[in-house]
Amino acid sequence: MTMTGSLDRRAVTAKLLEDRGDLLVVTGLGSPSYDVMAAGDHDLNYYLWAAMGSAATVGFGLAMTQREKPVLVLTGDGEMLMGLGALASIGQKLPPNLTIAVLDNGHYGETGMQTSHTGRDIELARFAEAANFPWTRVVTDMDGVADLRTRMQSQSGTSFAAIKIAAENLPRALPPRDGVHVKNRFRAALGLSTI
Amino acid sequence: MTAVPAEEAPSWQDQILPILKSFDVRHLVYVPDAGHATAIREAEKDNGITSLALTTEEEGIGYLSGAWLGGERGALLMQSSGVGNCLNTLALQAMTRFPLLMLVTMRGDWAEFNPWQNPMGQATEAALKLMGVRTWRADQPDEVAHLVHGAATMAFNGDEACAVLLGQSLIGEKKWVK
Repeated sequence: MTMTGSLDRRAVTAKLLEDRGDLLVVTGLGSPSYDVMAAGDHDLNYYLWAAMGSAATVGFGLAMTQREKPVLVLTGDGEMLMGLGALASIGQKLPPNLTIAVLDNGHYGETGMQTSHTGRDIELARFAEAANFPWTRVVTDMDGVADLRTRMQSQSGTSFAAIKIAAENLPRALPPRDGVHVKNRFRAALGLSTI
Repeated sequence: MTAVPAEEAPSWQDQILPILKSFDVRHLVYVPDAGHATAIREAEKDNGITSLALTTEEEGIGYLSGAWLGGERGALLMQSSGVGNCLNTLALQAMTRFPLLMLVTMRGDWAEFNPWQNPMGQATEAALKLMGVRTWRADQPDEVAHLVHGAATMAFNGDEACAVLLGQSLIGEKKWVK
């Protein structure tokens, strides 16, 4: 049986980014990048277009250096599945300002909606729990998304949420593909220079 | 040339971390290898450096990309087999250009007892070059500090991916049977 959720991925994303303040955002390739772009481009967004499996580690490195700011990794179930070992690596340090939120539709949406492992009842939140994340949730309603946002902004412990969204391909909102530009504007917004 | 026996601690191993620190490296991320043991041990004792074990080498590329976004420098240590794990993820460095310094201890390139190490060991340098990584190779102890200094200079001053390969003859022959 294929399991899917019902939440609207764009509404979930908009809620997480509401009144974002100092929030630093890293997006996994594919739909999460489009969702964050659809909520509004921002200098403190870092969009990945490839390097599948790397969203969590990029956010991890960022959280370990910008210790006073909340860091959100927003990615998809397929992208997170490719980097599951990263949860174990993060579990060794557990930066309290790091939140990983997976927009989990149980499908590979970018490639034709093939069922993913999470669509076959493999629950990502249990991997994060095994990696000693102090707060893990399976989120199935918008109240849960609001709780996640509060938790993320409070920076009170490494958090992981699998957010059960509907499996649908919405119109793409394409973020900039010039990675050097996105990197440099992100660093500039933090007061950092180029080389 | 004469190989350095594995049981002695060659001074080149002691030089690695001080060179990295001279470039303000704050993060040492690694999948361990015997040739990196000294640098890892010293980094773990050093309050000025975050040392981090990875489950697989490509995690280090993402981590160092994020650390650089946040304003700090790091280095990635691995064995040559790990280079194969990194290939697709190296696109992250090619597309965003951040300083990526990699130190790679070689297997499968000199006096290798385990032939299963040979395919990746023989392909390591070419694979890195195919992905746009600049490479240097040290086979003598007195080359190591020089080449690591040079690679770090070009990585951190050029937003480049630079790898120093530490040859198996430098590291010494692994003793499989006493």
